[in-house]
Amino acid sequence: MATTNRPDSPDRETLVQMYEIQNKIKTTDERFRSMLTSGQIQLIYYSPRGQECISAGYAVHLRPDDYVVTIYRGLHDHLAKGVPMRELWAEFLGRSTGTCKGKGGPMHITHPESGLVVTTGIVGSGIPIANGFGLAAQLAGTDQVTVVNFGDGASNIGAFHEGMNMAAVWKLPVIFLCQNNLYGEHTPMSMSTGVEYISERAAAYGMPGVTVNGNDPVAMWHAAGEAIARARAGEGPTLIEARTYRFYGHLMGDAMEYMPKEERKAAMAADPVPAFRAWLLENGHATEAQLAEIEDKIVAMVDDAVEFAMNSPEPSLDELYTDVYEEITK
Amino acid sequence: MTTTEPRIIPMGIALNEAMDIAMGLDEKVFLLGEDIAEPSGGVYKITKGLSTKYGTHRVRKTPISEAAIIGAAVGAAIAGYKPVAEIMIMDFIAVCLDQITNHAAKIRYMSGGQTTVPMVIRTSAGAGRQFGAQHSEMLEAWAVHTPGLKVVVPSNPADAKGLLISSIFDPDPVLFVEPMLMYWDPQYACDVPVGDNRIPLGKANIVREGKDVTVISYGKQVHDAVKAADILAAEGVSVEVIDLRTLVPLDEATVLASVSKTKRAVVVHEAVTRCGFGAELSSRIHEELFGTLAAPVARVGGQNTPVPYAKNLETAFVPQVADIVAAIKSLNK
Repeated sequence: MATTNRPDSPDRETLVQMYEIQNKIKTTDERFRSMLTSGQIQLIYYSPRGQECISAGYAVHLRPDDYVVTIYRGLHDHLAKGVPMRELWAEFLGRSTGTCKGKGGPMHITHPESGLVVTTGIVGSGIPIANGFGLAAQLAGTDQVTVVNFGDGASNIGAFHEGMNMAAVWKLPVIFLCQNNLYGEHTPMSMSTGVEYISERAAAYGMPGVTVNGNDPVAMWHAAGEAIARARAGEGPTLIEARTYRFYGHLMGDAMEYMPKEERKAAMAADPVPAFRAWLLENGHATEAQLAEIEDKIVAMVDDAVEFAMNSPEPSLDELYTDVYEEITK
Repeated sequence: MTTTEPRIIPMGIALNEAMDIAMGLDEKVFLLGEDIAEPSGGVYKITKGLSTKYGTHRVRKTPISEAAIIGAAVGAAIAGYKPVAEIMIMDFIAVCLDQITNHAAKIRYMSGGQTTVPMVIRTSAGAGRQFGAQHSEMLEAWAVHTPGLKVVVPSNPADAKGLLISSIFDPDPVLFVEPMLMYWDPQYACDVPVGDNRIPLGKANIVREGKDVTVISYGKQVHDAVKAADILAAEGVSVEVIDLRTLVPLDEATVLASVSKTKRAVVVHEAVTRCGFGAELSSRIHEELFGTLAAPVARVGGQNTPVPYAKNLETAFVPQVADIVAAIKSLNK
């Protein structure tokens, strides 16, 4: 049982909301993988399965006008921030009804109305851009915050260093959320990273750093809540390292030879989503009927989104030339 | 009838005026870059006085972190601001190229037009001051090769001012290349209009009319092209000189109309010749006008080497007036 029992735990409504987000991610991911495996769809897919609790834990603290920046393994962040299921599926399938008219694809999901402002396919590159959103909020005098998600591998790229330093110097309202799933592509963290905890690196920039069990929804909720409150209050950035595990390797089709079988088996046995479900029931935070209703609703939502996306047209060929510049050019 | 005294000022002051005007017009415009605030006002003094006038929140000194500078500009632009980022010297673009080409340039496209990046990257460029191989390059071709970016290279103070104001209010990311040697050298100073003299992007300037050959250039080399035209005029050759001003968008119509008339063209730039912008322009002229040309389009550009340090080698790298004269003459053989 990963979930912490604390007297200052979130209220029941928030707990159930977090479960709903987790379940939405898990159900969507499972459908993608089954459709990919059965050959119904073809696309490059980076499964976030195993990392659901992190996104749920921070997203419930955010308003629609707060910004989220994420990476190619970003489905969990997209859904947690509220990107609509239909448009998300349609974009993954390259359809004109997608969030980006089918022109961005899974690695570039963008939905400003939800505050999901950037999804990048370049490791670490979202970090400097997140500072720009933080700077915009600071200049405008709003209390909007920006959460930028990246992996443990990104903490070894130059953009991380430049971005973290600038955020600290300018006291930007940015939460640097390292979703540490212990692997950068096919290389374990122990072979690529000189510190045991990514959060140790925060000290080098003069900002608070914390490591949290990202698979513990309540602990994650607390860590995110504290960092977001500090940012909203104008007290500057925080580095959160949320420890987790990715169940299905770097991308779909990965043979995962570099992940010890026993390690993966143990992580999947401790699947945080069903564990949280059981914890909610055991502690009387939700009833079986209530959770079953949520799960059924999500299955229906995914069914509807799949149908919507599969029946949507591809973009018209004219779209090749639009959105390069404001004016259409060839 | 009133006459206005010409106001002869160098490009450094004209650029400062452009930013001053843009910041005064729109509070969403802000500047960021290394050393740009007071007391220095930038290593070339281009932003002198602006942090005093508008505050250090809008004229922001940054760490020496080019990727962080451009990244912050990209994010702020998406969020509704109009950042003007200064990259001190064009060679340093290499340090932040991911933010420029993968993000600033592609975000409008990747998001299906939902998010846009209206920002300017100002950078100084060019050889001639013995700064060596890492502080002297003209790299505009990198940007031209990246759909989504606009590329501006002014050749005089009045254009620099008018084009920079337009760039700041353009809805797309603009790489604004400032020929370093022209900042403060009085020989390049000219009459610059007071106030907002916006010049649209994508409009070339016919600097000098002629009928025998068209020389197409931009930036500092426009002045060399005019000198070459003066020399050849004495020999009875009439040279038309076109200043492109902006490479993207490109005023192809003006170029093609001129070459249709003269039937001969020379493309001149300081950047390395191989795969330089001249290669693209020459190719376009051949594609459109092959059958009517009296001679193949000639290119005059930098040598295919890094920029050397020693004065004599540096001079040998940079195309000279004599090279332009020779290229024009070669078309008439």
